[in-house]
Amino acid sequence: MGYIRAFGRYLPERVVTSEEVASWVRTDAAWIRNVSGIEERRFAADGESVTSMGVAAAKDCLASSGLDAASIGLVLVSSGSAERQFPGPASEIAAQLGCGDAPAIDLPVASAGGLFGMVLASRLTTTMGRILVVAAEKMSAVVQREPLERGVAILFGDGAGACLIDPEMGDARIVESALHSDGSYASDLALEFGKPLAMNGRSVIMQASRKIPSVIQEVLAKASLSATEIPAFLMHQANQNLIDRVAQALGVPATKFYSNIRRYGNTSSASLLIAACEWWRESGFPQGQPVVFSAFGAGFHWGALLARGC
Amino acid sequence: MDRRLQLVNLIRQVAKKDITPAADESLFDSGLLDSFALPDLVSLIEQKFAIKIPDSDLNPRKFDSVERIEEYLDSRG
Repeated sequence: MGYIRAFGRYLPERVVTSEEVASWVRTDAAWIRNVSGIEERRFAADGESVTSMGVAAAKDCLASSGLDAASIGLVLVSSGSAERQFPGPASEIAAQLGCGDAPAIDLPVASAGGLFGMVLASRLTTTMGRILVVAAEKMSAVVQREPLERGVAILFGDGAGACLIDPEMGDARIVESALHSDGSYASDLALEFGKPLAMNGRSVIMQASRKIPSVIQEVLAKASLSATEIPAFLMHQANQNLIDRVAQALGVPATKFYSNIRRYGNTSSASLLIAACEWWRESGFPQGQPVVFSAFGAGFHWGALLARGC
Repeated sequence: MDRRLQLVNLIRQVAKKDITPAADESLFDSGLLDSFALPDLVSLIEQKFAIKIPDSDLNPRKFDSVERIEEYLDSRG
């Protein structure tokens, strides 16, 4: 199943406070904090793109791993906010990194794309070699489409994360994983070309509140573990209230769920890898201990991955 | 206890307020409950009425008012 060798991240410089967002949608920052836990997020500069942010996060990841881009056997790039219908950002990111003619595949999977990339990489690494997973999102371009919708505008930010999966060595060995999709909810969280993001928040919250704990329990059961034995959980940073409810459903303290949503908002598929990178740099994988990654998003797509520190 | 009163009590428990919604009043559009209260309400309904509500039944409209919750419970037999 491979190893997690390194993470990387990139956040644009511009900080957009909840006070500023509140002024756009005629609400107040206290309400935004209460319903989401978000105090600020980052917005990309005009010249920044999904590709440029993805390259920056990938370079950060490669620098942490000490490996050269030429050693990468496959690049997987997740984005739900790519600027173009085709080609997606994967091939350009790979080219700018110097990955030669290694295949580069796009995963247009918003929110859960970073996790889907990690899981697919863990299952392909034995045949494809080192796999660089990148998740990059420029959600500011999406949330600022008119008419602004309060429930959407307050949530999202820009950024990119990256993860290097290695077939032979790393900081953590990937032990189990599970991925699921259910297209019967496709219209409940959707982005049509040129239109504002459409979100049925109640449906998203209702399904996510059930499906995330369920898929975490699924991978834990495969490894004969219980949630209380897990010292750290890394989850898609969708909403602090959702993170807290997932913790509650699993019967573990919310403090076991790493969270940086207060500073970056919801960066869609990039959020898991950005959070994982910051957690990894702050504390690292606990030796011999299991860590759980999970995500849920548009599709609906959801899943979880269990890794054990080496 | 009357089933409607049981449902109102569950809604009060989730809302943490002594409210009495009209049977056809939207619990969410009216602001009585927020979106994150919905999964809590569903969990309490499962416990109180000893049923398992499958994910495929988790349509917010089915739980939008006391009447709609009653209709859903009736459909479960």
